[in-house]
Amino acid sequence: MTQPRASNTPYRLPPPLFDARCRACWFTLGLVLLVVASFWSLDLQWGQFLSLDAASSMGRFLGEFFPPDLSPVFVRKVVVGAWETLAMSALGTLLAAVAGLALALPASKLHEADAAYSRSATRLVLNALRSIPELVWAALLLISAGLGPFAGTLALALHTAGVLGRLFAEAIENAPQGPGAALRAQGVGNGRVFLYATLPQVLPQLMSYTLYRWENNIRAAAVLGVVGAGGLGQLLAFHMGLFQMGKTATILGAMLLMVVLVDALSYLWRRALMR
Amino acid sequence: MTVAPLPMDSALRRAPERDPAWLSRLFWIVALLVVLWPLAVATEFRPWVLLERDNLKISAQFIGSFWPLAHSGEFLAMVARDTWRTVAMATAGVTLALLLAIPLTLLSTRVLSVSALSGRMARGPFWLRQAVRWLLIVLRSIPELVWALVFVRVVGLGPTAGVLAIALTYGGMLGKVYGEILESGEHHATEALLRNGSGRLQAFLFGLLPTNAAELTSYTVYRWECAIRSSVVLGFVGAGGLGQQLDNSMKMFNGGEVASMLLVFIALVALADRVSAWLRKTLG
Repeated sequence: MTQPRASNTPYRLPPPLFDARCRACWFTLGLVLLVVASFWSLDLQWGQFLSLDAASSMGRFLGEFFPPDLSPVFVRKVVVGAWETLAMSALGTLLAAVAGLALALPASKLHEADAAYSRSATRLVLNALRSIPELVWAALLLISAGLGPFAGTLALALHTAGVLGRLFAEAIENAPQGPGAALRAQGVGNGRVFLYATLPQVLPQLMSYTLYRWENNIRAAAVLGVVGAGGLGQLLAFHMGLFQMGKTATILGAMLLMVVLVDALSYLWRRALMR
Repeated sequence: MTVAPLPMDSALRRAPERDPAWLSRLFWIVALLVVLWPLAVATEFRPWVLLERDNLKISAQFIGSFWPLAHSGEFLAMVARDTWRTVAMATAGVTLALLLAIPLTLLSTRVLSVSALSGRMARGPFWLRQAVRWLLIVLRSIPELVWALVFVRVVGLGPTAGVLAIALTYGGMLGKVYGEILESGEHHATEALLRNGSGRLQAFLFGLLPTNAAELTSYTVYRWECAIRSSVVLGFVGAGGLGQQLDNSMKMFNGGEVASMLLVFIALVALADRVSAWLRKTLG
């Protein structure tokens, strides 16, 4: 005689905690190992950081920030530094957009029959440009461009060219093919096909990528000067090096204000666009 | 009597001799130059400096010394050690950032408010949530490099400053974005739990977390990848790792070492990129 079936599904035991086929278990195990190994190998000086001694030195350090130096002469200097930072980010982004577009064309397959021989080589260049941070570029460029905002501008331009080039190439490849194909069927050359068919379609997207990177670059440019590449960062590194904490506090305040302003403006602008 | 062709007609047939849009093109070019001029002045934009004889000689010498790459056993061992230290700094920093971000997220999420269930949130909890939000904004607005500069002064050179800098900035970023993820999703289940008398933590663990777990994890993995990039940069202000060695070699104009470390760095970033993309795909 067969067992009567239960009217509701019977309770089952929970699955075993570890199972060799359970991906999440291996992932968690790996993660825990990575975290433990990291903390273990770094010999972090928590004792030194959490001791009473460190706390009092931290307190003294923070106390020295007050009062911030708000004398007109110095404030003018900070304003000039902020303007320099803004100019660096704007010019760097513009150069990067031009260079990125120039690199995006050989990095993309423009139409079905395009052999795109240079595609992978150019993408390799773009990836190399992109994976070296602005600050490392700035430190490298100091050797040939000298101290000052010029090196910073070029550093921002190089890194951002890598980022934008890749985004632009993807936008160009994903653009609708119809208008380009129509022109090509009439025997129009590649350059004019790009100018009159592809570019008008992708231009809004390219603009929005560029503006987004500009916003990022303002933040990056503020700290770029720490290695000597101009702007607020250079002022910060200089005055902090001389232990002039009042002046340092003013510069930090200016940086914070700039970042918050950029964030707020971009938020408001985005919200206005969404409507 | 023959009708003279209308002037309109002939104008339509012939292509215009001049670019019809030349005036607006000229205007925009001039406007661009007018805007660019002060920017170029402010950034001391003088590209010809790069081509001056002395500068060209120094640059050529430096770039020429990139080859052969430094490859002595001792150097490679040092690079391997510092690469691990860079990854470890990023991992430890993100772990501490999580410890900071999770409680702050729980405090600031509007969905977990009991008083908001019946209309408006009570005044106390509202201001508490607002205060935590402001704290998160301040934490993430100060770049990690500035935190590192400050901490290097307090705890001295070494990875502790870097880990703390990453922990604070990334704590702010994670907290803010976690809050946004939790509030943008579906929260009927959470509300139902809260209305039926479960605690806030229970509502979070059984309602809010399961629906958003994949997105939260994938954002965390993405931030870990970013932290690896930024922990190299932190080395430049003395937080140890690959960045500090790179800085040292650059100051000594040792092109071979700089080139090999840059290659290692590019490979590391590419690897982190792959691992993070794979993890995010697997986690959904």
